[in-house]
Amino acid sequence: MTILKNRLFWPAVILLALLVVNMFTSNQFITVRDGHLFGTLPDILRGAAPLLLVALGMTLVIATGGIDLSVGSVMAISGAVACLLISHLGDQSAIGSVLLIVAVAIGASLLLGLWNGTLVAGVGIQPIIATLILMVAGRGVAQLITDGQIINVQSSPYAAMATGHFLALPIAFLIAVAAIVLVTLLTRRTALGMLLESVGGSPTASRLAGIRAKRITVMVYVVCGGFAGLAGLIYSANIKSADSISAGNLIELDAILAVVIGGTALVGGRFSIAGTVIGAVLIQTLGVTVVAVGVPSKATLLFKAVIVVALCLSQSATFRQKVFGRFRPSRPAVAAEVPA
Amino acid sequence: MTTVDMTPATNKTTPTNPRRRVYRPNTKYIPILATLTLLLVMYFTGVANYDNFGQPSVVVNLFRDNAVLLVVAVGMTFVIITGGIDLSVGAVISMTTTLTATLLHAGWPPLVVLPLVLLLGSLLGMGMGAVIHFFKVEPFIATLAGLFLARGIALFINQNSIPIRDKFWKTLSEYRIVLADGVVTKVTSVTAVVVVLLAALVLAWTRFGRNVYAVGGNADSALLMGLPVGRTKIAVYTLSGFCAALGGVLFSINSTSGWALQGQGLELDAIAACVIGGVLLTGGSGYVFGSLLGVLVYGLIQTIITFQGDLNAAWTRIIIGLLLFGFIVLQRVVTRKAR
Repeated sequence: MTILKNRLFWPAVILLALLVVNMFTSNQFITVRDGHLFGTLPDILRGAAPLLLVALGMTLVIATGGIDLSVGSVMAISGAVACLLISHLGDQSAIGSVLLIVAVAIGASLLLGLWNGTLVAGVGIQPIIATLILMVAGRGVAQLITDGQIINVQSSPYAAMATGHFLALPIAFLIAVAAIVLVTLLTRRTALGMLLESVGGSPTASRLAGIRAKRITVMVYVVCGGFAGLAGLIYSANIKSADSISAGNLIELDAILAVVIGGTALVGGRFSIAGTVIGAVLIQTLGVTVVAVGVPSKATLLFKAVIVVALCLSQSATFRQKVFGRFRPSRPAVAAEVPA
Repeated sequence: MTTVDMTPATNKTTPTNPRRRVYRPNTKYIPILATLTLLLVMYFTGVANYDNFGQPSVVVNLFRDNAVLLVVAVGMTFVIITGGIDLSVGAVISMTTTLTATLLHAGWPPLVVLPLVLLLGSLLGMGMGAVIHFFKVEPFIATLAGLFLARGIALFINQNSIPIRDKFWKTLSEYRIVLADGVVTKVTSVTAVVVVLLAALVLAWTRFGRNVYAVGGNADSALLMGLPVGRTKIAVYTLSGFCAALGGVLFSINSTSGWALQGQGLELDAIAACVIGGVLLTGGSGYVFGSLLGVLVYGLIQTIITFQGDLNAAWTRIIIGLLLFGFIVLQRVVTRKAR
């Protein structure tokens, strides 16, 4: 009964169902070739990496009651910066220079996050509008950086970020896992997670309780910007070029969706990293499954919409009570606690 | 001592009261007045810098080019004043244009197609409103699902651009209304202006309009006052869905075609226009005319960029972003002072 009530139960069931469908439809679900894992499952994990990173940052932002619409633009900018710098390198495959450039691009993304955070916490603008500014202007900046062109790079270390393997696992997936582990440790093994939730619950009360609410708010936007930048690098490394128009296009919606599927409320005050991971992988798997089971491409979005509607309704406590409640003896509605 | 102290105190309070009454409405209108001032400054800068900018057709064309955004922003204004948000409008536009073009292509009479698509948009809005109200799903998520659904339907119907060859639609598209010598406008811009006027009347003078403000100010208080909170919430999303569908019809008239990728990102343009026009996203405050000004600012930026000629699309986005930033900071300063 308790496991049924867990908010992550239905998303997890849907994810498993989709994976099982994939197991039967794809001819190679998971195999080992040249010492690396290949097949549909590793592909899903590799492809989910950018969304996982963006959704992870978004979870922290949403936990404080905010939202970040600019992640797609930040992705475009970081990819553009990295590809522009790499294309000017004499030797595009020099690992040291590429690492330095990656650091520069992530630094730029952190700065963009700082801009968002300052607008939200310093100036006091509503998060959705504060980040809308960068969402609109950021893609323009990315276009200026690339001069409206698509910059192609031929850098093997850079491409390895997206397509390479380490210990038989895709590097992109490992980056995402490292980020998830880091954030989980920082938020659940230190007081940071509780402070985030406290700020999301009530910034004023947190401030009066002695928490530096503004600093925490700025910090989550900086972290979210950094993760978006990293996601942008993986995206551009995957296509070996900087595409300022389509990089991270509409990813903010997918990321927010992943966070909400994972049981994090948009009003803030609590968050679940495990839920976000399930949500992000679920969205990626959904995209892969739709193709695998042969849903015609014109129905892809409709299929996704139906799943999303079902998920959103299954998450609504009121909906479950109204629809399924009549079959059970009535009991006081208690908000299901999300385990970390 | 005490008597001496008390008399000037009472004397002081009496003259300040009427003064406050004179100034209070001004604070309320400051965001709109600021937008209006900036709009005028931009316009006259344009007149001073570019030839032919001062011609009346420039202003008239603003309404023609932004008719769709205007209609959508009107619906969005109602939703935002109740403290909600509607992300589905762009997708509803694409669904409407695709459906209109497909049905007209199949030979349906235009006078059946027109009410049908408007009804469909309203129904989708009503559905989202119902989900938001009855199931307590957050507006952001419910309308995001609506976005996927509407664009999913549009893509399912047809992925390609469909031309409209219907006579009625062509006539509407080609019909020119002569306002003055050399100043002509289209049916679409007149429709948009009528929608703005009607919406302004409804919001300012009807019981429904007052309810919208009350729900946005504080939904719990509104409920305790006995106002129909649920009905109002569902009604604003229905209205927004209707406006989006009407926007889609205007789009299909303007372009005499339907395309499933039409109107992408329009929801954020509409939200931005509302915010520029002084509609607060927290709800409870804002005017339809504010959103009108916001749309005009948006349109004028694009007109100036067209007249300038050598600015590329990248700069358009950056300038829109900067202006948005300027407005929001200004608004923030104003609302802080008002408190």
